[in-house]
Amino acid sequence: MRAITAVYAATTLVHLSPVDIAIVVFYFALVLAIGLYLKGRTQTGEDFFLAGREMSAWIAGLSFLSANLGSLELMGWAAAAYQYGILATHWYWIGAIPAMLFLGLVMMPFYYISKTHSVPGYLKLRFGEPSRALAAISFAFMTVLMSGINMYSMALVMKVVLGWNINFSIWVSSLTVAVYVALGGLRSAIFNEVLQFVLIWAGALLIPILGLIDAGGWTALQVRIAHNASAEFTHLWSTLGSFSNNPMGIHWTGIVFGLGWVISFGYWTTDFLVVQRVLAAKDLRAAKMAPIIGAAFKMMVPFIVILPGLLALAVLPVKLTGETAALASGGHSYNEVLPLMLARYCGPGLLGLGITALMAGFMSGMAGNVSAFTTVWTYDIYRALIRRNANDKHYVDMGRWCTVLGVLISVGTAYLVMQFASIMDYVQALFATFIAPLFGTVLLGMLWKRTTSAGGFWGLLVGTLSSIAMWGWVKMDPSALRYVALSPHARFMAEDMYRALWSWMVCVVVTVIVSYSTKPPAVAELTGLVYGVTPLPSEAHVAIYKRPAFWAVVIALVFVALNVIFW
Amino acid sequence: MLSRTRISIWFFIGLSLLVNGGLILAAGLYELPNPPQHPVILFNLHASIWWGGLLFLLGIFYSYHFTPTRTGDKQPSKPLAPGGDTHAQC
Repeated sequence: MRAITAVYAATTLVHLSPVDIAIVVFYFALVLAIGLYLKGRTQTGEDFFLAGREMSAWIAGLSFLSANLGSLELMGWAAAAYQYGILATHWYWIGAIPAMLFLGLVMMPFYYISKTHSVPGYLKLRFGEPSRALAAISFAFMTVLMSGINMYSMALVMKVVLGWNINFSIWVSSLTVAVYVALGGLRSAIFNEVLQFVLIWAGALLIPILGLIDAGGWTALQVRIAHNASAEFTHLWSTLGSFSNNPMGIHWTGIVFGLGWVISFGYWTTDFLVVQRVLAAKDLRAAKMAPIIGAAFKMMVPFIVILPGLLALAVLPVKLTGETAALASGGHSYNEVLPLMLARYCGPGLLGLGITALMAGFMSGMAGNVSAFTTVWTYDIYRALIRRNANDKHYVDMGRWCTVLGVLISVGTAYLVMQFASIMDYVQALFATFIAPLFGTVLLGMLWKRTTSAGGFWGLLVGTLSSIAMWGWVKMDPSALRYVALSPHARFMAEDMYRALWSWMVCVVVTVIVSYSTKPPAVAELTGLVYGVTPLPSEAHVAIYKRPAFWAVVIALVFVALNVIFW
Repeated sequence: MLSRTRISIWFFIGLSLLVNGGLILAAGLYELPNPPQHPVILFNLHASIWWGGLLFLLGIFYSYHFTPTRTGDKQPSKPLAPGGDTHAQC
């Protein structure tokens, strides 16, 4: 206790009582206990890297979503809702739901039937070693950097909210993640992600419930937001006809084609961080259902993330500002909106659970990055390029060491970000657009049997380089934004959307041209990998309410209804 | 061959809800006769009591329903071969 109080500063946003500290300590003890328990069940490579492929649809689905709920998701999007209004919801609805349903119904059968260990592993089967190497090295590099950025962000939040020493937060959280992932592998990461998912909801759900009571209901909330900010803040689509009519400076084409198509489909269908969770499903039907279950919960996440940001606009007596202005004035920044709401409504115990929910979110994201990095490094880089014929135990040991190493590199990145804050923006922007060409490559590989190995490789390479080139162009000459994002009024979020769209198109065009210029692959080589030449199991004998397609339609209808209601 | 019981993820979740709910409920009940000097907004709704109580009850249900000895699912102490009994408890 003395050690804890030693790092607990006097000037903090919230003050934890002994009950709150007990809840936080119990959480750390429980996640470590789960890791220790699962070590005994993690013996083979299949156990360590794919959780034995034994997860039910519910576990895989919740873990799939929880891995994405981490890092800046909770704090960042609550802040975005305060800053941009309900437009932030697009990242949860059109920016996720269609892609998750598409993954479950269309792409999952090929990932699962091919028995690949990873997304780069699928590229190896479909296009050969060069494509795998390119995707694996890029993914490993970006993932470990992202993990460090998330780690630094968490430490920063803990410093602002609780006054904790930044080194203490980085080392305690990263070592905890390293221990439980190194012990139990993906199974441990998944178990903890499901636990973290429940804690996030248990800790965060009270804020919107009490906030709505405080604000006087949804209609009264809209009136107060219109008074305090603008009536545009509560409309999803009606302000997107022009770049200059909405607080985000974005056009509906950017939201639909950039976010809803390229970025969303790229992230949810090809980012191994999330796809790995679904590959751990026990059978094909569970693998198809997992993203659909994830989509159902994803649709509800705005209730605990976006709504608190909107409620803050209506009920908080202080005006939040950007980081720089907050530092200059000694006020509160947008990023503090969730802790401020937590402190407003939650007394002893509830506050501890809310803080635990924030930590759980950060740690689930970190564990997701580390376990995905470990698998890609071990299977797609180390085994493919460095040591091909070692036994299974050797690769499991490598996975365990790689987990620790990955965490240490992430810690190093966290300190690097601390020194050079702009690295965070660079890496996030590149990561967002790297997945766009990868999506083009995987999509054509799965759905178009004429795609050749050379087409896949060159499309991915040129698409990625085009993305980096556009990013560099705007960095060197900000006025280039009018060409990349189609308008001088576009802001940085719009830039990401359009850069992703262009790089995806470059990838597709190059892939098609090179494929038509090279010899088509033999059909026999494509079985199990490509639509049209892969026999898919019939679901005719399955009751309709148990079919993934049925639930996908239900979720699609709810998705449409929600967009119309909040139009 | 020795065997040991598998523990379901839902048991761990039940345990977490039980302990957290119990602590929050206890803190809420303590505040009834000892209200804080600077109460949170909507303190009169006593969210700690009903939210903590709800989590506590859910915790009891999940902890009991997925108690390892009750679910009775056993696994051999040696690692299972790929494709073996892999479905249980997950």
